[in-house]
Amino acid sequence: MSDSIQKTTFTMPIGPIHPAIHEPIRLDLSVDGEEIVDVDVAAGQVHRGIEWIGMNRNNPVQSIYLAERVCGICSACHPFTFVQAVEQAAGIDVPPRAEYIRVIIAEMERIHSHLLWAGVAGHEIGFESLFHLVWRVREKVMDLTEYITGNRNSKAMYQIGGVRRDITEDQAPTIRKTLDYYKSVFDELKKLLLDDPTVKMRTRGVGVLSREDALRLCAAGPMLRASGVAADVRQDFAYAAYADLGVRAITPDIFTGAVAGDTYDRIVVRLLEVKQSIELIEKALAAMPDGPILTEPKIAKLLAVLKKADGEAVARTEAPRGECMHYVRMKAGEDVLEAWKIRAPTYANLIAVPTMLIGQQIADVPIAFASIDPCLSCSNRAVIVDRHSGTRTELDSEQLHDLSVEKTRRLNSELTYK
Amino acid sequence: MGILSARDVEQSFKDALDGALVTTRIYEREVGLNKNHYTSLWLDVKRDGFRTAVLHVCQLQELPHFTVIAPVDRGESVELLYHFALYHGHHLKAIALAIRVTLQKSDLTIPTISDIIPGAIFAERETQEMMGVKVTGIPDDRRLFIPDDFPQGVYPWRRDETGPHDMLRVLPGRQGIQHE
Repeated sequence: MSDSIQKTTFTMPIGPIHPAIHEPIRLDLSVDGEEIVDVDVAAGQVHRGIEWIGMNRNNPVQSIYLAERVCGICSACHPFTFVQAVEQAAGIDVPPRAEYIRVIIAEMERIHSHLLWAGVAGHEIGFESLFHLVWRVREKVMDLTEYITGNRNSKAMYQIGGVRRDITEDQAPTIRKTLDYYKSVFDELKKLLLDDPTVKMRTRGVGVLSREDALRLCAAGPMLRASGVAADVRQDFAYAAYADLGVRAITPDIFTGAVAGDTYDRIVVRLLEVKQSIELIEKALAAMPDGPILTEPKIAKLLAVLKKADGEAVARTEAPRGECMHYVRMKAGEDVLEAWKIRAPTYANLIAVPTMLIGQQIADVPIAFASIDPCLSCSNRAVIVDRHSGTRTELDSEQLHDLSVEKTRRLNSELTYK
Repeated sequence: MGILSARDVEQSFKDALDGALVTTRIYEREVGLNKNHYTSLWLDVKRDGFRTAVLHVCQLQELPHFTVIAPVDRGESVELLYHFALYHGHHLKAIALAIRVTLQKSDLTIPTISDIIPGAIFAERETQEMMGVKVTGIPDDRRLFIPDDFPQGVYPWRRDETGPHDMLRVLPGRQGIQHE
């Protein structure tokens, strides 16, 4: 019967960009009843050609703003990686104080991104109170970001040769207060996310990615670590102030004693990384040296240096979602970059999606797909092909979400009977 | 094989590739107050020796971490840079490894590596559609990011006549970008 399935061109009925969804993607699932037997990922619904603009229109300083807008959530990791690549290519030094401020901003981003994700995970399984609670907790770091950078997101802190704004001595008490708040609620968050029977039921054994598959498919970030590979760009490569601060990759066995590589393990890794980020910010604040924050504050002079630059470089940072890489090539006499290649972590993690979803139930798709923390936030619109009847049906994110919530309710009621 | 320094890795490639290795370059940068080193190693490899080079990376570290392919249009030729994070997972020991293959525009083909490293498939699909380089032996040669109704034979990252220049919307009062 399965031979009779005809692959036809799929036309999306409500356009590739739905107003409520910022980065759409399509998953084509082949199912046998409830079970998923094959998955195809259709990416590129909103390819914007950002690299092309950097290679044809913008000078490198203007491209920092573009890099910042690659993603609304990782608005620190892309400019962070980009400026490092340009600095290497053009031979520009960075003052030590700026290296520390860069780390503080990047770690604040990790706290907010991981908490945002934990809330979304709660929402995906229909645990709305958890979602609201975690997002309320997240607001504190958003407030802190606004206090330091002037903006909740798109922080515009990174500049070639340093940072744009200093973190002053009179700002330190507010930062410490926020960190103390996170330390005070951390145990409760851990209890809610890791001990709750509903969360455990819906995430244990869901979306499993083995250690070998994670390495073979070149997964990145928390995905890789949750599968038991102790790799973290902050640990592996010396960049910014991370090497001074001594970062170690977090794997789930620290908490659970064994690596399962499932969605639950990804929650463990992300949650423990929130704690790690708090500690890193504290350490960075204490160790931050005095001195300038920018090598060349005059933009015109900086642009003249960049125009003379001739060379290429590659830089990596550990974004909340994993390894973020920028390759930059500069040609003397050119205003624009000769080449610019961005590799965001979700690009790598999407390759692992079919491996994670095959054998799962349709109702597990939202939480399993969300567990990679896709930068294309919504796995909306899944196409379901029934193996036996050969029919294609289409589920939007709401219907999928309902299926997921239904499963939680069902499992919960079974739990009560026991 | 244990963890080698960048210089030893460079030497091991010289031994493994023999004449297929054109040039090598090591870049080092001191970082932070403790002056730790960020290291990148750049290798220029002939196409004939390219797969041997990738197999050699797998010798240096089992299941190595491939990051992405960065293609560059250099006028007469197209360069493909295969980026790896060699020794990832080892504290401050990782090396940013880039293997470069230069292809003449008259013969834009490169053998696949996704049989050796399955995680390279997206990058290979992207290189095909964005740069117009044919990846021979690729297990899945559909487009990845570019929609199906985008014209054939137009490659967004090319700077020659096959680039997307004619498709650009030029704003009033602005000059369009001229291709070489």
